[in-house]
Amino acid sequence: MTDLTALQYTEEHEWVLVDGDTLTIGITDYAAEKLGDVVYVDLPKAGTQITSGNVVGEIESTKSVGELFAPVDGEVVEANQAVIDAPELVNSDPFGEGWLIKVTAPNLPKLLTHDEYRALTGE
Amino acid sequence: MTDPGTTPGTTERRSPLDAVHRAAGASFTDFAGWQMPVRYSSDLAEHHAVRTHAGIFDLSHMGEIILLGPGSAAALDFALAGKLSAIEIGQAKYSLLLDEDGGIIDDLVVYRTGDDRYMVVANAANREVVAAELVARAEGFDTFVSDESDDVALVALQGPDARAVLEETPGFGVDDGPGNDVEEFDVQLAALKYYRAFPATFEGEPVLVARTGYTGEDGFELYVAPDRAARLWEALTETGGPRVVPAGLASRDTLRLEAGMPLYGHELNRDTFPVQAGLGRVVALAKEGDFVGRAAIEAGPPTDAPVLVGLAAEGRRAARADYEVYDGEGADAARVGVVTSGALSPTLGHPVAMAFVAPDAAEPGRELYVDVRGTRVPASVVPLPFYKRPA
Repeated sequence: MTDLTALQYTEEHEWVLVDGDTLTIGITDYAAEKLGDVVYVDLPKAGTQITSGNVVGEIESTKSVGELFAPVDGEVVEANQAVIDAPELVNSDPFGEGWLIKVTAPNLPKLLTHDEYRALTGE
Repeated sequence: MTDPGTTPGTTERRSPLDAVHRAAGASFTDFAGWQMPVRYSSDLAEHHAVRTHAGIFDLSHMGEIILLGPGSAAALDFALAGKLSAIEIGQAKYSLLLDEDGGIIDDLVVYRTGDDRYMVVANAANREVVAAELVARAEGFDTFVSDESDDVALVALQGPDARAVLEETPGFGVDDGPGNDVEEFDVQLAALKYYRAFPATFEGEPVLVARTGYTGEDGFELYVAPDRAARLWEALTETGGPRVVPAGLASRDTLRLEAGMPLYGHELNRDTFPVQAGLGRVVALAKEGDFVGRAAIEAGPPTDAPVLVGLAAEGRRAARADYEVYDGEGADAARVGVVTSGALSPTLGHPVAMAFVAPDAAEPGRELYVDVRGTRVPASVVPLPFYKRPA
């Protein structure tokens, strides 16, 4: 079980796990629930330079398309092949096996704490 | 991530089954001003349940408008595109409410529930306009039009196990005067054909049992008083056990899309002639007398008016409503149409879509391209429906 208070969050319903200069990024359970069953993910390849605020990927459910926004400036070091192969992991384990990308970033922006994020979603 | 959901609490119309849905853990969506279940847990699981066993849907948001009086049949022949005077008591018919220009105001299912009585079922978003149009068009006919939507809840049981579950569910009967005849209910249910309905009782209260639906599966729609809806829902789900899964509007949409059924606001609107949407057969031009839209329908749409087609693609990236359709991959390709509905088909495993395209791009087998957020995804024109239930 992931300690959700150890994660940081964005207003775009992403979570970020910081480990040194490597960030693991996924979408929150709230976002996964709103999307419905995820059937396709389009993620940036390793080596892609990303810019904070830009759309870098897509998460599609049967009903709608969610965009993945880069929460930082950095470089993608890994896209989660398990999620590409089995997009339902985003629903079944959004904070664990359903992670989306790992990024190296020299500077961390200010992100939301767990309490701040929960206040945002009203949960 | 952008938040694809709706803001809770922005609309306050709630179904009589609201408490049942909340207890079942439903997520809600705003639909025509109603808070309705979009899914309970997984819209894919709900979709598959309807294809393999059964799903139960709350459609209480839909509109029910009653016509009562000896002129009801004639009024509907004038008001609607079909010949409703020709259907028998206990029969249902899919029809269209047209405007004077031949455009579609709504698509409807009309039940003849008596010699002088019809029930017109309208989409929730169009309930008011349909009721108002029927009142206006019935003027001069000996009939009384009343919008009884608030007094009617609607529960749909859809899927190959629907009939068995309905047969097994206790509490149904037929009011035969002296009492409640349970055996007669079984006889009538066994004889009930597709697009037929009969008046029954559930725990002593009236219920109209109709063999209709919007999923491409066999199934039933049960019209009942709002204060009986929760008991009915519970009885069907308790009897059905694992065979009956509560299903939300998300699965309803993918089910109807696979079945090639049009959805108002997507495939149908006021700028679309029935023939463009493949519904030319719904307009009874042979019926005597005038009906609203006849002159425009007889003139027909321009010969280059777009027509509705099915599109099938490979991979997993679905075309969605409003995406543009091109006749080629390159920048010089011509735009030939627009997608009205699309999804990754849960049953078929590949993307499917309905689209309006130019008639010269509409022949089955034609290779077209959908612009999926900047990427041209190839798609073939295929006949509708995408899915037909096994015979």
